[in-house]
Amino acid sequence: MKVHAQRLVAARLGLALLTLLIVSMVVFGITGLLPGDAAQQALGQAATPEQVTALRHQFGLDQPALTRYVQWLVHVMTGNFGTSLSNNLPVSELISTRLPNSLVLAGLTALVSVPLALVIGIASAMYRGSLVDRVLNVLTLSTVAVPEFLVATIAVLIFAVKLRWLPALSYLSDVSSFGGLVRTYAMPVMTLCCVIVAQMARMTRAAVLDQLNASYVEMAFLKGATPMRVVLRHVLPNTIGPIANAVALSLSYLFGGVVIVESIFNYPGLASLMVDAVTNRDMPLVQGCVMVFCAAYLALVLIADLAQIVSNPRLRQR
Amino acid sequence: MSIDTSPEALVHADAGKRLEELTRRGASRRNVLRAMAAGGLLSVTGAGLLSASGAAFAQDKPKQGGRIRVATQSSSAADTLDPAKGALGTDYARAFMFYSGLTELDNHLGAKMALAESLETKDATVWVVKLRNGVQFHDGKALAPQDVIYSLMRHKDPAVASKAKTLADQFKEIKATGPNELTITLTGANADLPVILADSHFLIIKDGTTDFKTAVGTGPFKLKEFSPGVRTVGVRNEKYWKPGMPHLDEVELIGIADEPARVNALMSGDVQLINAVSARSTERIKGTPGFAVLETKTGQYTDLIMRDDGGITGNADFRRGMTYLMDREQMRKTIFRGYGAIGNDQPIDPSNKYYMSGLPQRAFDPDKAKFHFQKAKVGNTPIQLYASPAAEGSVEMAVLMQQVAPQAGINLQVVRVPSDGYWSNHWMKHPLGFGNINARPSADVIFTQFFKSDAPWNEANWKSAQFDQMLVAARGEPDEAKRKKIYGDMQELVHTDGGIGIPMFQSSLDAHSAKLKGLGGIPLAGLMGWMFAENVWLEA
Repeated sequence: MKVHAQRLVAARLGLALLTLLIVSMVVFGITGLLPGDAAQQALGQAATPEQVTALRHQFGLDQPALTRYVQWLVHVMTGNFGTSLSNNLPVSELISTRLPNSLVLAGLTALVSVPLALVIGIASAMYRGSLVDRVLNVLTLSTVAVPEFLVATIAVLIFAVKLRWLPALSYLSDVSSFGGLVRTYAMPVMTLCCVIVAQMARMTRAAVLDQLNASYVEMAFLKGATPMRVVLRHVLPNTIGPIANAVALSLSYLFGGVVIVESIFNYPGLASLMVDAVTNRDMPLVQGCVMVFCAAYLALVLIADLAQIVSNPRLRQR
Repeated sequence: MSIDTSPEALVHADAGKRLEELTRRGASRRNVLRAMAAGGLLSVTGAGLLSASGAAFAQDKPKQGGRIRVATQSSSAADTLDPAKGALGTDYARAFMFYSGLTELDNHLGAKMALAESLETKDATVWVVKLRNGVQFHDGKALAPQDVIYSLMRHKDPAVASKAKTLADQFKEIKATGPNELTITLTGANADLPVILADSHFLIIKDGTTDFKTAVGTGPFKLKEFSPGVRTVGVRNEKYWKPGMPHLDEVELIGIADEPARVNALMSGDVQLINAVSARSTERIKGTPGFAVLETKTGQYTDLIMRDDGGITGNADFRRGMTYLMDREQMRKTIFRGYGAIGNDQPIDPSNKYYMSGLPQRAFDPDKAKFHFQKAKVGNTPIQLYASPAAEGSVEMAVLMQQVAPQAGINLQVVRVPSDGYWSNHWMKHPLGFGNINARPSADVIFTQFFKSDAPWNEANWKSAQFDQMLVAARGEPDEAKRKKIYGDMQELVHTDGGIGIPMFQSSLDAHSAKLKGLGGIPLAGLMGWMFAENVWLEA
């Protein structure tokens, strides 16, 4: 197992670096195509040609795109992600203030949504075709079908404005106690769960169903094992691979895709930072954020693959 | 509701009232000019007026202490503590929390003295500024002329990327002429200088400041926390130069871009004051006990730009036709729910003291429009009209015009473009489009920035030598009545000959918890012209 896993991790890390490089090129190219640049955005309506020229020079935007890209790349190699053009703070500092927030939100959402999705998926697979299965199916599908801004706004109207149980803003100031933490994160986490539970639950259901039709399951039943024991002891270990991948894909959404939730609850996460960066044509900051998102995605997929190896005795032996 | 509280009605103490009048008399440009007309030395002093500025907005005796959270519509990673870079309302409000200016605006958009104790001039070109004694920066350093010189002159450096560079270019020279005195020499006469200096971009920072990670100013609050796009927290400056102010212990400024989320945050009690409330939300807020809406009538407008670039949009008849095609009442009623004032295709709003009321109001008249379009031989070739949410209300205005266009025999096509990048890529780039101009502190500023023949933002590329002459004449005209007459003629000229259509002036709508007192309008913008922080207090 060790050799295989080590080789996989090494190969993946190499590929990850390559992916990051390609992504950075694509992002650089695409942001270059966007109308306007950081100097024009910074000056906004008040831009005069003279000021735009001066600011472009200050930002180094008067150099050819290729030169700028190579400069950025060289700096990144030395661990320097550059300085944000829009507010003159180091990109690493901006990201490091937001990243923990994104991680906490993603972590808490994962903590709630993954067990929930597994329970729903397994339950509906065990009782496939029954009323339970159909109800769960309709419920999860309808929550994912409702746009998250609607879920979030309605939740705010009910729990914050009418009932006043929860704060309308997910504020980071009152998380010192467990109660405060729950109050702060209840609505954003609930909204995000609505979005990601369905996919994970359905993948789990499909994977479990797939195994339930296998002959070893029939054998287990013939042996006299209870349905619960069959599913938990025999089926589940064999479904870790596909489920881990579904979970990884869903969770990767929690980094970059949560911008709507971040803006409705005024949660200062990475996604809104990146949207600001794009609006301001703040290249170094856009690149920094994209690198973080991309790395997080690759890490999640790698973890899912490792989970698959660990759970599979045939792969584990090698 | 504190919507209709004129300062006179609010001041209980006679002494306070007298001081308040003195403040205005002492500082408004009207009196400056009256003094000039008399041929004497013009002296603007604000001595002993500070106690009145607090009383000016007072309904009851302000309560000390407490903290509030305020949500504005704009906050992003581009938030700044540099007054020169301020681009959006949140930036202005933040700047006024931590910095003070030489002057500040009063309820009538006149200037009253702030860090300057007096501004004196004989010819409106050379101004002698006496600084207030004993003012300290947050770090304990005393305010000195050098700080003012640095704060004002740095705007001229293009690398500073100041939003007020065009205004600052008229500062020819500023030098210290005494221990607490400096002399500003302008490139030409401008009696509006005291008003211009009240602009948030010209707030005073410490000499040599280039790093704006923190804010060391002389303002009512000291910076406790600043994270761009997240929040700004200020704590009471015990040594603030206005006695008894500010009232609150702490103010937290956050941004919530989404309007419904902003209103919800107010209604759930998470924030106590919000700005940029949509007219659609006002009924809901007013209908809930414990909340109030504050309307500030401002000179902000969204305008139809008919740019003279050689095509049909430079044609005088086409332009007139388009202005007759605007159903102004309908626009006010449907887009802004009745908030705002009807415009008459010239940029001076009715609350401005230079507004000329005699101008006949242009009304919706498709027949007249048709007549002009036929005269201009427009035909029915499609004409593109660019609109964007970036210019508030412009998409709705464009659609309303498009709907009535067939009645006047033309074929308008609305091209809706995104807000993102609108000002650099679309504004003034199309023959027919929309702009949105924020209220400016003086008639001179708005005419200079948007209508002078060589102005970079001359939206319609409208050139009139006569207008330029009048602009310069008004600037140096010491007689208030004559000045008003010139500004009146200029309004008429823009109205009859100009290339823009201004259907209406917009109101700025704020909403707040009824416990929050002391709010009153400074008709420049919402949130008391962004200066709410030092003036408000919390009723228990």
